[in-house]
Amino acid sequence: MTDLSCSLLSAAPDDEEREWTLADYEAAAARWCPGCGDHAILTGVERLLEAEQLPPEQTVFVSGIGCASRFPHYLHTYGFHGIHGRALPIATGIKLRRPELHVFVVMGDGDCCSIGAGHWIHAVRYNLDIVALLLDNGVYGLTKNQTSPTSPKGIPSNTQPRGAILPPINPIAATLGVTNASFVAQTGDWLPAHLYATLQAAFHHHGLAFVRVLQRCPQYTPAIYDVAMRDPDLVELLVHPNGVVVPELDRLFKHKRPHDPADLDAARHLAEPDGKIRLGVFYRNETCPVYEETRAVAARSASEKVALLGAELDRYAV
Amino acid sequence: MTTAPSPSPPASAAAPSEARRERTVLSLPEHTVEIVSDPGEGAQKCGQIFGRVSAKMGNGVWTVEIIPAEIQPPARQPSSASGNRVRIGTGPVTNWGDHANLVVAFNEQVLLHRHRLDALAKDAIILIENMWATHDDPDIRQAWTDAMEELGSASYQFVPVPMEEECLAVIDNPRRGKNMFALGLLAWIYSRDLEKIKGLIAQEFRKKAEAIYDTNVTLLERGWRWAEDHLDFRIDVPRVESNRPMVVMNGNQAVAIGGIAAGMELCAMYPITPATSASHHLSDIFERFGGVVHQAEDEIAAVGVALGASFAGKVAFTITSGPGLALKTEFIGLAIMTETPLVVVDVQRGGPSTGLPTKVEQGDLLAAIFGQPGDAPHVVLAPATMEECFLCMTTARRVAEALRTVVIVLSDANLATGVQPFPRPDPSEQWFAQPPDLAPVREGLRPYDWDPQRGVSPRVVPGQPGGMFTATGLSHDEWSHVGYTPDVHERGCRMRSRKLAVFQQMLKPPVVNGEPTGDLLVVGWGSTLGAIEEAVGRARQEGLAVSSLHLRFLSPLEPGLAEIFRRFRKVMTIEINYSDDPGDPFVTAENRRRGQLAWLLRAQTLVDVDCWTRVPGEPLRPGQILQAIHDSMPQGASR
Repeated sequence: MTDLSCSLLSAAPDDEEREWTLADYEAAAARWCPGCGDHAILTGVERLLEAEQLPPEQTVFVSGIGCASRFPHYLHTYGFHGIHGRALPIATGIKLRRPELHVFVVMGDGDCCSIGAGHWIHAVRYNLDIVALLLDNGVYGLTKNQTSPTSPKGIPSNTQPRGAILPPINPIAATLGVTNASFVAQTGDWLPAHLYATLQAAFHHHGLAFVRVLQRCPQYTPAIYDVAMRDPDLVELLVHPNGVVVPELDRLFKHKRPHDPADLDAARHLAEPDGKIRLGVFYRNETCPVYEETRAVAARSASEKVALLGAELDRYAV
Repeated sequence: MTTAPSPSPPASAAAPSEARRERTVLSLPEHTVEIVSDPGEGAQKCGQIFGRVSAKMGNGVWTVEIIPAEIQPPARQPSSASGNRVRIGTGPVTNWGDHANLVVAFNEQVLLHRHRLDALAKDAIILIENMWATHDDPDIRQAWTDAMEELGSASYQFVPVPMEEECLAVIDNPRRGKNMFALGLLAWIYSRDLEKIKGLIAQEFRKKAEAIYDTNVTLLERGWRWAEDHLDFRIDVPRVESNRPMVVMNGNQAVAIGGIAAGMELCAMYPITPATSASHHLSDIFERFGGVVHQAEDEIAAVGVALGASFAGKVAFTITSGPGLALKTEFIGLAIMTETPLVVVDVQRGGPSTGLPTKVEQGDLLAAIFGQPGDAPHVVLAPATMEECFLCMTTARRVAEALRTVVIVLSDANLATGVQPFPRPDPSEQWFAQPPDLAPVREGLRPYDWDPQRGVSPRVVPGQPGGMFTATGLSHDEWSHVGYTPDVHERGCRMRSRKLAVFQQMLKPPVVNGEPTGDLLVVGWGSTLGAIEEAVGRARQEGLAVSSLHLRFLSPLEPGLAEIFRRFRKVMTIEINYSDDPGDPFVTAENRRRGQLAWLLRAQTLVDVDCWTRVPGEPLRPGQILQAIHDSMPQGASR
């Protein structure tokens, strides 16, 4: 997401002096379970806000419903905690008519991949200049352990006690399949450096940056990412100067695959399941049309509008 | 029409006359015309232009579309009838009337449809395409014969017209031009100004090649000449030149332009009949005004986008119809809970479910008021005319902003597609919303700083330094902090409701049409205004002590209703929605399901309000309403 408000910011004398600190972005203490991956993601986002010096009043976090969607309450920016699955339409309305605002969307896997799946597909196609985070823990947590569309097959829940019946949706592959997808990345909550670098790349992307954050739920799905946490060999980092490069992870991960995020075919291939968890930027294309720019219209003064209305009414004159 | 002209016998009508014939000119205070064809033959366009030119010439006009739900249903079937009814008068015309007095029918099957619906006056003049009587296909000839036999039960006066033959002299495919020929016929019969019609045709085809305009005008003039050569009657509905500038448009155009005049900057919508045409008009012109039409991926997203833009301080609305209103319900609740201003226009159609997509009904009233789970106080208003469709958009926007809530505007298919002239609005800068105030929020101001007396609170929008908060659909306190304690929820509910009470006290009591006391008070809302008042006028002429009342605000209800009701021996709503008739099997006073406004009025006034409702998929006719009034007069009513 390009920082469109830099000029606005520097034009305001008060803000020129002001340096935003982490504390400026902190609001109510988070009420997620101890060990929940959302805490780490919140910390990463706060670091990003501080590093980018985003004025809190120019920043809006929009969410749906679910554990992940409590996110805006824990940040001292503007926020809209909406309804289940519908964060993206709200964000679309905000960004479409107030493009100078920094808009972030935080969704869970139920939000994004199930009840709001239609909005997900179309928001990717609109390609507004926003950051859309999918906090994917593979379970409905807030409603107490139901199978989600990203629950791995066989994982039991209260609604599918003999194990998830269907193979999961692959959010990365699905997003890469949408026309006008412009930024698709995956990271994990347990790798703060990678998470942060990915958030940063997403923020600096011009267009909708879709980031799936693999997020641990210690309560209901501790098994699904623990394996990868304990065994870095299961993880493959996608590395490229145009993607994310995190030197401090070099020692930990021996599987590194150079992947040019400009290569959509390769990205789609890498998104297919083959036992590896791939983290990094799958695809990035800065040339995709951005909706709020395509739909930008010149503002009219009130007197101009009155004159134009008069002319329009004259077309219907008796 | 009481004096029927004698139509030309078919034989002489078909042959060009050698000399100008003697003509009867019937001067009438009003006349109702229908043009019906198969879909795709353009009867609607013909009717629309005829209506517009009549308005431009100074006649009162009301038009109603006759429209099947499909785009190209099979030809020559009664259920495929497509067209327009145009009622013109010397004074203002407020509804579509009872029966058509003159019909142009492109085939006998679509005519049959109108006949079976009792849409035609017994002595209606019918100009009918005569090619079917002698068609090569024996089935078609048989169908014609059968239809004529059925139509023979009435005393219609037929004028066979060789439309196909006449049009073939100009174009290869008369299906694409018969409508302009028919328009020429009507133009001659009613002495319409050909130059004005040509202007409207030019406007209609402004995006097409000039040759198309030329062909249409040739056909128009050919129709005029044919009528001049063959018909022995003309109809004169005297006109009154208005000294006020007037405009003529349908309700959806009025909503669209009215939305712009209200200062709207975004319309987010999803295609749905009969609301969509409003967004067509907007899409055409909105960007010139700095506005955007966003066609969303679904109804839910449409209201979500409007809500997002409004949260961000912009003025936004969404437009839909019944099924879409149902889908938007959760977001409407969210807007009410977060106190985000939002205007939702519902152009009602027949329901439930997909119902009657192209036809009028007033079935969404209770869904609009009570559709949201939980207590979700908001404003519902209903325009009654095309002019009100225009003006109510500014009202809706202002009320939504002043109260920080949702305003639902209930239009309907009758208003949406009907055309009526009205005084040209005079938009002013005061009609527009103020641009969002991005000044820093004063120290200590909370995002829901409710005035405990009035329930309202100042609005804070993103971009305002010091105002940061997270709007939430969860129960919250003045800081928008989530709170589940009894006092937080009680207080939030109370504040959101109080705004409505304050607002209700600011509304003017409604004005009774007719005497303030009497035997029967008819109460209506929405597009039925004209038909109800016409029927009540006729009843009063008959000596019945009937008055009427028409509500614009349905939630909250306008003040003083109980008091007004008590001055009448009986109160009855007339609505286009379903209710049990009192005599229906198993229906008792206890279990009778009543009209939607009747439900509401009974609950709010404790008056025993009766109802007479119908769901015919067409506007109510004044004659029907008059009959209902006769049938409903309380016992012992004075005459």
